[in-house]
Amino acid sequence: MVQLTAPASHAVPVEVGGMTVLLRTDDSDFARMLQDRYVGFAGSPTPPAFEFDVELAAPRGVDPDADVEVRCEHGRWSFCRGDFHADWDPRTRRGRIRQTANPYSIDAVLRIVHTLVLAREGGFLLHSASAMRGGRAFLFSGLSGAGKTTISRLAPPDVTLLTDEVSYVRRAGEGYRAFGTPFAGELSRVGENVSAPITALYLLDKGPANRIDPVSTSEATQRIMRNILFFAEEPDLVRHVFEAACEFVARVPVYRLTFFPDERVWELIR
Amino acid sequence: MNAKYIARSSAIAARRLGDEMIVMSALDSTLFTLNEVATAIWQAADGRTPLSDIVSGAVCREFDVEPEIAYRDAEALVDDLAGHGILLVSKEPIPSGLVQERR
Repeated sequence: MVQLTAPASHAVPVEVGGMTVLLRTDDSDFARMLQDRYVGFAGSPTPPAFEFDVELAAPRGVDPDADVEVRCEHGRWSFCRGDFHADWDPRTRRGRIRQTANPYSIDAVLRIVHTLVLAREGGFLLHSASAMRGGRAFLFSGLSGAGKTTISRLAPPDVTLLTDEVSYVRRAGEGYRAFGTPFAGELSRVGENVSAPITALYLLDKGPANRIDPVSTSEATQRIMRNILFFAEEPDLVRHVFEAACEFVARVPVYRLTFFPDERVWELIR
Repeated sequence: MNAKYIARSSAIAARRLGDEMIVMSALDSTLFTLNEVATAIWQAADGRTPLSDIVSGAVCREFDVEPEIAYRDAEALVDDLAGHGILLVSKEPIPSGLVQERR
């Protein structure tokens, strides 16, 4: 029998949100880079939810600001950006990534895969910091400059940071659970690989004093929709995301948190 | 006055949250928040009931508003929502297959 492809010799399992994706590569240096990148998120290699073979390409000039394209044809997804091209078939649970030897392309692919899986389960990835205190999770949402990094940096020692950039929100019974993610923002610090039920979502706003105000359900929904990471344009999946945002607002208190950037803001978060 | 029929487009997602209805175009993800009156019109937009009957029934009977003013406001709302593709408008009744189920 003719063997069409050589088996990849290194397998790096990455577990985020309780779902393990196995990354296979035949490049030992790249495998080490992935292990370093996802330290703390090393999942069990069996059984992974999905497997990706990573094929490394020679470095070339890419546009770092290029938009990602996510398409689905006949059940098979393709993700494309200046620095990578990936194919993924959820039915066979396998995919392939062609990229240069950097950790950021894989990061983008993982984010896309998780958004697509979560969309069907009523969850989502949200542009927000999240933290765990006293066994409960709190989310702090906002676009760049809203204060996600600031509030993460100000967290006192009894707070466990789940992420300073992208929160992982998964439906759990009658509520929601936030999981730590390795998707770091300006702090360049990956979150802890732990989870907790979500107690509240705060929409961040910087101001002269610390205060918490209620927000209307429509504003909460609109702000969450604006901050959900989602790359596909399939109307059916977009509907799922919308339903998930509405369901979240119906079940989790959402407030506006205006804060002055010092550690006293955490006196309000309990 | 020519009859005007309106129907909820099937290319949307909608959800009632409290007193408001949040409607999203599944084509471009645009979000709309409908107030109580707009929600009443939206929910009555079954493709079979003329807009004039919707206004006299779902609006004037439930809210304290003059019929002429209510109809004028309803037409403006319908035109706005139709312009974003989340409401269908026709001079004839609209087949049920094109109508979003009521939420």
